[in-house]
Amino acid sequence: MSADRVMTLAGAIGAFVQPGMTVALEGFGHLVPTAAGHEIIRQRIGGLTVCRMSCDMMIDQLIAAGCLSGLVSSFIGNSSGGSLHELRRALEGRGDRVVTLDEYSHGGMIARYAAGAAKLPFYPIRSYDGSDLAAVNPSIRAVTDPYSGDVIHVVPPLNPDVSIIHAQRADRRGNVQAWGILGIQQDVAFAGRRVIVTVEEIVDDEVIRADPNRTIIPSQIVDAVVECPFGSHPAPVQGYYDRDDAFFRAWSDRARTEGAVTSWLETHVWATADHAGYLDLLGPEALGRLRVGQAWSGRVNYGQHLRPAGPAPGQPEAGRDADREAAR
Amino acid sequence: MTAPATVTELLTVLAARELAGRRIVFAGIGLPTLAACLAQLTGTPDIEIIYESGVTGAHPAGLPTTISDSILVTGAEGVLPMPQLFGYVIQGQRIDIGFLGAAQIDSRGSLNSTMIGGSYARPEHRLPGSGGAIEVMAHAREVFVVMRRHTPQTLVDRLDFVTSPAPQGRRGQATGRGVTRLITPLGVFSREDDELVLSSVTPGVTVDQVRAATGWPLAVAGTVADAEPPTPEELRVLREVLDPGRIYLR
Repeated sequence: MSADRVMTLAGAIGAFVQPGMTVALEGFGHLVPTAAGHEIIRQRIGGLTVCRMSCDMMIDQLIAAGCLSGLVSSFIGNSSGGSLHELRRALEGRGDRVVTLDEYSHGGMIARYAAGAAKLPFYPIRSYDGSDLAAVNPSIRAVTDPYSGDVIHVVPPLNPDVSIIHAQRADRRGNVQAWGILGIQQDVAFAGRRVIVTVEEIVDDEVIRADPNRTIIPSQIVDAVVECPFGSHPAPVQGYYDRDDAFFRAWSDRARTEGAVTSWLETHVWATADHAGYLDLLGPEALGRLRVGQAWSGRVNYGQHLRPAGPAPGQPEAGRDADREAAR
Repeated sequence: MTAPATVTELLTVLAARELAGRRIVFAGIGLPTLAACLAQLTGTPDIEIIYESGVTGAHPAGLPTTISDSILVTGAEGVLPMPQLFGYVIQGQRIDIGFLGAAQIDSRGSLNSTMIGGSYARPEHRLPGSGGAIEVMAHAREVFVVMRRHTPQTLVDRLDFVTSPAPQGRRGQATGRGVTRLITPLGVFSREDDELVLSSVTPGVTVDQVRAATGWPLAVAGTVADAEPPTPEELRVLREVLDPGRIYLR
């Protein structure tokens, strides 16, 4: 019960991410593990295959840093902020970076993570009939449905060596709570062989236990939990800060020039000791502009057990009996 | 005196009219959202938007910048995780109209959003790819496509890459009807059998102009109407109610 999985970001990335691994960095335009991506760059961990459904500038940065050699994805624009020029240079054969792309649709990526999480051999999906994507990607295959005899496409499971996500909060053991746009966070965590979660805040156990339905990932599958405020910047975190839209819009122009992303990494990632250093560089004024006001959720009643405790099916738990006493 | 409609305003108004009487719309931010909101305020109050980020029944306090903008979530009626959105809502055939964009479209309504020129392994221009477009094309009851540019390079006889194919009608596969409306600055195409045919032209545009700008042998509906220009009321709602800051109406 007492396993404390709190680590520093440098410690967690250093301990679990090794060169050549397959690493998922997920967050659908929200709860993006940007700080973790930057730490991979800081530690210059190379040869990674990165899984990311909907790409953003973190992919440009990982390519320029020489960390990324493979990409598993279903959308390779910069969220909705234009092109990722570093990635385009690599895929269009300009420049000296080579990236191997394993491409799907969102539905295909979701199916791959679902198969990975549930340890299924493949996952059926009814959308690739006639698509050139199925023709160019040998991992998208067709099988005969044993019930109807119809043909259906399937995709293979995706089990990243390490799955990294960002969320609002967790307790010290790694019970993770998130709200707002949840994307694929729960599924990619269960699909990962190791799981690193960065959070805006580490909170007391009582905070988590007051609202168990908001827990999207149980501590049992988490290897490291890292407190990392503004860890999603420039993507937003519901209830904490807004999307840094100016940063997104500026990226496409910045990355258009070959070498410009590397220069940006020199000043913003390699010259900063950690994520706090990166935030200092952005400055309090820029971050202050992203502040959000308050809109609290309503409260729900989980109920308190009032009947006298009967004989427990297993070992009686002192804490629970005490709770019941208190409730009487 | 109302200023004349810009191209974006024209496309938005034409799309909104096509949404009359529809209910569940899968839309991106920008023009499709504006069109759905305009339809809602001009005779189709029951229309509902579902975003790819899983937000349903959004009531944003301001204009969102992306589908994953947190402003969409605050005050929304629901938020679905992606497996449920793609599995139960889209593949589960709960979408009436899906809005899609693309770099190229062909006469059967297949779309390319992957690459232009060269080969898949070495494209001249690499584009963002499918996102959820393949699934929306396969399973929305109908798909509306808005093309901002209408040229022989965008309305093509042969796509450089078939990202989102028109549903092929095979058992157990795609379930939707595919593209039933194509809206461009020059006119509106509707579906007849398996083909997109020109059904109305923008005022001031001739059928010959449309033919010259279209990369496939143009088929024309029995009668091609002149589209009614945006009314002062439609433009007023767009400009004063929906996007007064002209974020999307540039």
